[in-house]
Amino acid sequence: MLYDFLPNILSGMVITLSVGIASLLMALLLGLAGAAAKLSKSRWLVGIATLYTTVIRGVPDLVLMLLIFYGGQTLLNDLAPRLGFADAININPFVAGVMTIGFIFGAYLTETFRGAIMAIPAGQREAGIAYGMSIVQVFVRITLPQLVRFALPGFQNNWLVLVKSTALVSVIGLDDMMFRAGLAAGATREPFIFYTAAAILYLAITTVSILLLQMVGKRYSIGVKAAQL
Amino acid sequence: MNFEAINESLPLYFGGTLTTLKLLVVSLVAGLAVALPLGVMRASPKAWLSRPAWCFTYVIRGTPMLVQLFLIYYGLAQFEWMRESIFWLWFKSAWFCAMLAFAVNTCAYTTEIIAGAIKATHAGELEAARSMGMSRRTVLWRILLPSALRRALPAYSNEAIMMLHGTSLASVVTLVDLTGAAREMNSRFYLPFEAFVTAGVFYLALTFILVGAFRAAENRWLIHLKPRQ
Repeated sequence: MLYDFLPNILSGMVITLSVGIASLLMALLLGLAGAAAKLSKSRWLVGIATLYTTVIRGVPDLVLMLLIFYGGQTLLNDLAPRLGFADAININPFVAGVMTIGFIFGAYLTETFRGAIMAIPAGQREAGIAYGMSIVQVFVRITLPQLVRFALPGFQNNWLVLVKSTALVSVIGLDDMMFRAGLAAGATREPFIFYTAAAILYLAITTVSILLLQMVGKRYSIGVKAAQL
Repeated sequence: MNFEAINESLPLYFGGTLTTLKLLVVSLVAGLAVALPLGVMRASPKAWLSRPAWCFTYVIRGTPMLVQLFLIYYGLAQFEWMRESIFWLWFKSAWFCAMLAFAVNTCAYTTEIIAGAIKATHAGELEAARSMGMSRRTVLWRILLPSALRRALPAYSNEAIMMLHGTSLASVVTLVDLTGAAREMNSRFYLPFEAFVTAGVFYLALTFILVGAFRAAENRWLIHLKPRQ
């Protein structure tokens, strides 16, 4: 029974991973922008970024997802005729999922990156500028390598939570791993087996992620003495 | 914004808030009660105690809560013996399944939080207690747990807020919690924007109340570790 549906569920895993990685890219951009805004001197930017992180982290993922999927759809339906489109534009669940998850985890990554940037002594950046580097060079050569090191533990947490929240996209109809496990469960009347299979595959994703990030962590903490009691 | 429709649906939202709070309180209390012994086990240097606890938290924290909820609610119904046992009275109710899934989930995270706090206890504190002639049991109850549980408070407040947001999954298994109320309002009036934004405002308010409560708790029990102004 399981073998008949396994290829189908495994190709759903590809969709789960694509949603995860696409929304991670969006979240990384939003997180860096948010951290830059929160650490900037402009009161407006700080205010907007604080509003963003507070509201997003105060509302459940599922509610935001339903809001963007259904609310965004009615907004598009209202806008489409005015913009000259004859047919209604449909939001595809993949796009809605990636946008929502990316938007939500951008808020979490903002806090992770902010903490990491604050952990780098300001003197290092000042020294870079004193040597005549441009702001971009200072960021790429001095801030970024250390940012990766300091942000990695928080980033690992954020990524693991992100992958698990992609399961919610099945609720708005994306045929990811969870959705296909549900279909197989309905067709065979053996939900326990198929949801267990989905659980094992999620566990595999998280396990591989942890191992990979540990390797990255090792690479980026070369030359740092581990604190020991 | 159609405020009339929102106004008309407010009783629905208040009922939903009550459901959300019930789910939250029951799962947090049950989860914490089981996490306490598990956390002590997890922090134990004896492998036969810490390994099983690690295994439990690893599996639960590595899989999405939605999968766990579906496994309990839909999955167990697959088995004939389950449907004929006396437990079926409970397992056929969405209420019980949601509470169980949430409690198991928060239990795993809380176990890690408590274990982390226990491991971070200053060795001198325990040495001092032992040299005063306290037995291991007395040290555990009088020194280790009061000190560790207090220090676990900030991390636990995050967990409680995550759990508040996690209860939104109850709407997927037919319960009318806050998210369920929003979905019902959406299907009644077809006003997704109003419906989910209202739910978001309710969640935000609940989040702020929780944050305030934990801040008060920290001022009561963690005041000795506050940085001096």
